[in-house]
Amino acid sequence: MPRVGLFIPCYIDQVYPDVGIATCEVLERFGCEIDFPVNQTCCGQPMANTGCTVDAVPVARNFIEIFAKYDHIVCPSGSCVAMVRSHYEHLLHDEIAAGRVDKAAFKHVEKNTLELVEFLVDVLKVERLDVPFPHKVGLHQSCHGLRELRLGQCSELVSPAYSKAEQLLKTMPGLELVPLKRVDECCGFGGTFAINEEAVSCMMGNDRIHDHEEAGTQVMTAGDMSCLMHLQGLLVRQKKPMKIMHLAQIFAGRSVV
Amino acid sequence: MIAATHDHPANAKKFTDNEPRAHWHDQAIWFVRSKRDKAAWTLPEWETLRERASQIKTHMLSNLAGYLEQFEAEATKRGAVVHWAKDAAEHNEIVLKLLQSHGVKKVVKSKSMLTEECHLNPFLERHGLEVVDTDLGEWIVQLLHEPPSHIVMPAIHIKREEVGELFHKHLGTDKGATDPPYLVNAARNELRQKFLGAEAGITGVNFAIAETGGFVVCTNEGNCDLGVSLPKLHIACMGMEKIIPRAADLGVFLRLLARSATGQPITTYSSHFHGPMEGGELHIVIVDNGRSKILGTPEFRRSLHCIRCGACMNTCPVYRRSGGHSYDTTVPGPIGSILAPSRDPAQHSTLPFACSLCGSCSDVCPVKIDLHLQLLTWRKQIAALGLLPFDKRWGMWFAGKLFSRPRLYELAGKVGRTLWPWLPRFMVYNPLNKWGKQRELPPMPKKSFREMYAQRNETARKKNS
Ligand code: SF4
Repeated sequence: MPRVGLFIPCYIDQVYPDVGIATCEVLERFGCEIDFPVNQTCCGQPMANTGCTVDAVPVARNFIEIFAKYDHIVCPSGSCVAMVRSHYEHLLHDEIAAGRVDKAAFKHVEKNTLELVEFLVDVLKVERLDVPFPHKVGLHQSCHGLRELRLGQCSELVSPAYSKAEQLLKTMPGLELVPLKRVDECCGFGGTFAINEEAVSCMMGNDRIHDHEEAGTQVMTAGDMSCLMHLQGLLVRQKKPMKIMHLAQIFAGRSVV
Repeated sequence: MIAATHDHPANAKKFTDNEPRAHWHDQAIWFVRSKRDKAAWTLPEWETLRERASQIKTHMLSNLAGYLEQFEAEATKRGAVVHWAKDAAEHNEIVLKLLQSHGVKKVVKSKSMLTEECHLNPFLERHGLEVVDTDLGEWIVQLLHEPPSHIVMPAIHIKREEVGELFHKHLGTDKGATDPPYLVNAARNELRQKFLGAEAGITGVNFAIAETGGFVVCTNEGNCDLGVSLPKLHIACMGMEKIIPRAADLGVFLRLLARSATGQPITTYSSHFHGPMEGGELHIVIVDNGRSKILGTPEFRRSLHCIRCGACMNTCPVYRRSGGHSYDTTVPGPIGSILAPSRDPAQHSTLPFACSLCGSCSDVCPVKIDLHLQLLTWRKQIAALGLLPFDKRWGMWFAGKLFSRPRLYELAGKVGRTLWPWLPRFMVYNPLNKWGKQRELPPMPKKSFREMYAQRNETARKKNS
């Protein structure tokens, strides 16, 4: 039985706890033994992406210490996983060189931190999800999952088509995936970008929503709750009927609320 | 904090305030991005080509001095005169001297981002010369007294109706006329007079070939050839990174350039110049203007791969919705946001943050510049230089402390979630809360995940025992 260290990003922990619980349920359904180390907080991305490296380093160091003992570290956020897999090496370079972070531990964590969908498809080799979900679903491809983790084909590249999330969604009875005009344009969340460039951020979000509305999306889903939080904020303010759900919630068979 | 002279968020806000126009701009440019996709897909070897182009540029940059000298020697053999300029001022002086010594009063120029970068037009005008940009888009922005808003489509931000209005004013076309062939024709007639009257032609350079001492200029309107065929004096201005080693490398770049830029298989004209034409003079001005400084910084060196195709602008969701002028730089968009802070980080400190880090630019770039990662690196440097605004700096310091202390983090979350529902709306949604201007905050759950998880384990334990 694969032993999974569960990494729940800070905002999911505090604001969207059900996404974490749904993640547990999905992993358990496929036979994983889960452990959630309680001294985890955040991966350090908010600080690192603002340029505040010094503030991110101690957070990243904790992360390595906490998760080094697990076979797999699984997280329902492509963005946080990308932080660990693509940016920790650079961020922790000096710490590793100075021996403050164990190199082997770092290598292990870097290699084995996986996004939920990628873990289901690539490690657990899940082929079908026999959970009915009779709704029109629009998949929002979150950028970091897409362009850093390559969870799907990126529209800029001339390369074969695939999408790990779509592959699973398509096996769910009753679920209809809607076609979008711009298949992988950014929603405009971008962390502090959402505040910093508020005007452009909201326009980007509204454009994404519009694309989904035209396609007939009833439930918009994504592998990153942060994008969905931004889009939900716009939808609710404008009293629009479209709902948002994290992929884990759909996989776990939650009903649409 | 030192205030950034250029404030991208404020400029962008102004642009988005005119919503229909911002949408029109986004869609017009997205259309070009879509054409680029189609063109790229016609070449199954597209990704190999990008890799190849990137390798050639890397190789060129590591041997730049040698290739520049080789180019100078070969070009000289062919009868051209090569000049070296360390910065914009020197470049402008060289051009001015050449023009003055030839008694030139009227110059035609085909599109060159380098001369924009050096602000050559106003400089020459101050010295009493008439300079006409002969690229249609360039000419339109020149008539409007505006800088270009895009490096390939300088007037992309201007609507057809506005061009009609402008031409009516300057060329006497019919009022209200918006028919493109009619307007283009009127422009052509006017520009033809300029070509005929010009005493010198200035062009840019897309690729300078070290092996042959020749260079290539890519245009769609043929204005480059027209501009240098009649006058006896041809001045070509190039950034020193425009060198490619061999003529054989040219094919790689020509195949990538137009497809990436506009979705054409190749630009309508790829004009090759090897030495001056009979009875004429050819001068090539090679400009540094900050490029060696970038070459000396390993993190940003790759930005010198740039072939100025504009694809990163077309794909950038922020550029499309904030317009080229919001960047206040000659080169806007992702690549511009890397190049500008290299010149002056304090003035351009908001640019690396005018980015959601979506990474689309890095994937679209034909020479594989890791644009979004370089922007991230710039953010670090701006923080290290103490150029971050106060709220951002201390907010992140606070977050760092909080996230390093699991118990404090847990407590803060609990307090926040408990108090939240009791706060009156005006305390949450006010001008200080930029999130809440157009967005609701998510509803606060009673329990955090960690509390629910502990409870769940407890229930399971009880069930089992
Ligand atoms: S950075 Fe790349 S995509 Fe952008 S203009 Fe330069 S070559 Fe084109």
